[in-house]
Amino acid sequence: MSAEQSAPPVIELSGVRKTYRSGAIEFEALRGIDLEIRGGEYVAIMGPSGSGKSTLMNVLGCLDVVTAGSYRLAGEDVEELDEAELARIRNREIGFVFQGFNLLPSLSAWRNVELPLVYAGVGKEERRERAALALERVGLGDKLDNRPGELSGGQQQRVAVARALVGEPTMILADEPTGNLDSVSTADVLGLFQELNDAGRTIVLITHELEVAQHASRLVRVKDGLIVEPSAVAA
Amino acid sequence: MNWTETLHTAWSAVRSHAMRSLLTVLGILIGIAAVILTVGLGLGTQKDVSAQIDSLGSNLLIVSPGSTTDSSGMRGGFGTATTLTQADAAALTSDVNAPDIAGVAPEKTTSLALEANDTNWTTSVTGTTVSWLDVRARTLEYGSFFTQDDVDEAAKVVVLGSETATELFGRTNVVGQSVEIDGTSFQIVGVLDSAGSDSSSNLDDVAVAPMSTVANVLVGGTSAASVSTIYIQAASAEQLSAAYQEAQTILLNRHGITSSDEADFSISSQEALVETATSIYQTLTILLTGIAALSLLVGGIGVMNIMLVSVTERTREIGLRKALGAPPWAIRRQFLTEAAILGLGGGVLGALLGALGTLVLPAIIGSSVVLSPAAVGGALAVSIAIGIVFGVYPATRAARLAPIDALRTE
Repeated sequence: MSAEQSAPPVIELSGVRKTYRSGAIEFEALRGIDLEIRGGEYVAIMGPSGSGKSTLMNVLGCLDVVTAGSYRLAGEDVEELDEAELARIRNREIGFVFQGFNLLPSLSAWRNVELPLVYAGVGKEERRERAALALERVGLGDKLDNRPGELSGGQQQRVAVARALVGEPTMILADEPTGNLDSVSTADVLGLFQELNDAGRTIVLITHELEVAQHASRLVRVKDGLIVEPSAVAA
Repeated sequence: MNWTETLHTAWSAVRSHAMRSLLTVLGILIGIAAVILTVGLGLGTQKDVSAQIDSLGSNLLIVSPGSTTDSSGMRGGFGTATTLTQADAAALTSDVNAPDIAGVAPEKTTSLALEANDTNWTTSVTGTTVSWLDVRARTLEYGSFFTQDDVDEAAKVVVLGSETATELFGRTNVVGQSVEIDGTSFQIVGVLDSAGSDSSSNLDDVAVAPMSTVANVLVGGTSAASVSTIYIQAASAEQLSAAYQEAQTILLNRHGITSSDEADFSISSQEALVETATSIYQTLTILLTGIAALSLLVGGIGVMNIMLVSVTERTREIGLRKALGAPPWAIRRQFLTEAAILGLGGGVLGALLGALGTLVLPAIIGSSVVLSPAAVGGALAVSIAIGIVFGVYPATRAARLAPIDALRTE
């Protein structure tokens, strides 16, 4: 039994269902998902489009609430929380990395990175320090004052990773983080995730590409709203 | 997210669309400038009117001939009636019957052409008595006023207003010169100091001559004995209402009228004129301020419109901020602050424009404009309030955006 398996669970989903309603038509995107992710794990959630993996990502990221079932994140039940409390949970527990980077173009790199700390109520001096440290961590210590437009796609995604790291969240939730990157930058970012995981970070990666998913230590396949094959990646 | 951050972010957002923000606040800018100018104009005009009425003379009662009573019971003077006579004016000077009246100056005014050195000038020629100078609170720049002897002898002497003298001679030091009034030659004995103009006439464009001369030489005929106005000066401000009563009693008796409701003259006081003028200008000010307020309303709708555009444009940013942990109230405050900055920006620019207007406008329209600190302060407060009020709807919309929908927006 490895250290990862003995660590306390960060994410516990049990019997999670999510139904979307559009007029009279009901669509069940998640049909009973049970999933447990422990601290320090590197998990890839994989599935074709329409499989429900995006919905799963929204639920995991506390961006959407479940219709049925329970979701515990870092020991806290989140299915009953209101908007403001969900915002607090996202701020503290989750570091997002999006496919489209989602940096604010008018802000410099460190201003983008400090945003989670702004909403956490951290003072200005400390914010700048921690943002600079996070940018150094992803190898962009010399780009603090550059705006996203002045950085390459790979560098922008590194800034986004720095932003995900800066608040010391429970997990990093990456949604197709390499979808907009060329192969060099993809390797670059995946290498970064590997480093972070080696340093003990919990990483959940959502992707539809097997090559990307194979970098994780555990692969969760989603199909038609159900987990079909919880399995360890063959080492 | 603290206030410094909120203000910084909101200011960046406003500044990043500088031109759009400027155009947006134009409505508020114009509205605030208009409010400041209208209030200033109202106060200024009120001040002017008070000064003009004061310039008529102090403790003054004005008796006008004729009186009409309309269906609503309102009474007013009837300008063309000739019910007042020189004898009426003489009776008012009685120390016995009118102890509170200090001076009486009847005026018989007619518009005539004056000619001197081939220069023609038409002005209002006033016939009066020697007390005119005191009662009307006028002073002489050159020479002296005509005397009681001049009145008794119907002497052909005249005192000119400063403007009349300037029009005829090009200067005011014209004592001893002669001027032809309606073909009769008059000697100029004095020139009046400038007194400006009152609400109905230019006090500096006059020719004042003895009552007897005007009545008999210039007018003559059946209307010779009538006068256009009788000015009465009360001995003091406290005696004004007593003087009013005495004048009314004497004139009613002389005209054989028993009820004051049927009087064929009307007496008005300076105070009444001031009150009337004040109430007229207050009404005007309120009306104009109302119109200016409409412009503020339009400006506010402009702010709301652009804030809605801003929310739509920045849906993705809102989604991202929410994903990173911004609670709904922080987003709402963000957009409210932005709207308030737009409002205040318009207010400040409008106040500057208004202040500039109070400096420039008097030169253009010739009326005083008072820059009222209360109006400026109020306008600024209102402009912020407008920003916030019209920002509530867009800000609430932003706060309610679901983060997943917002993030999905391209």
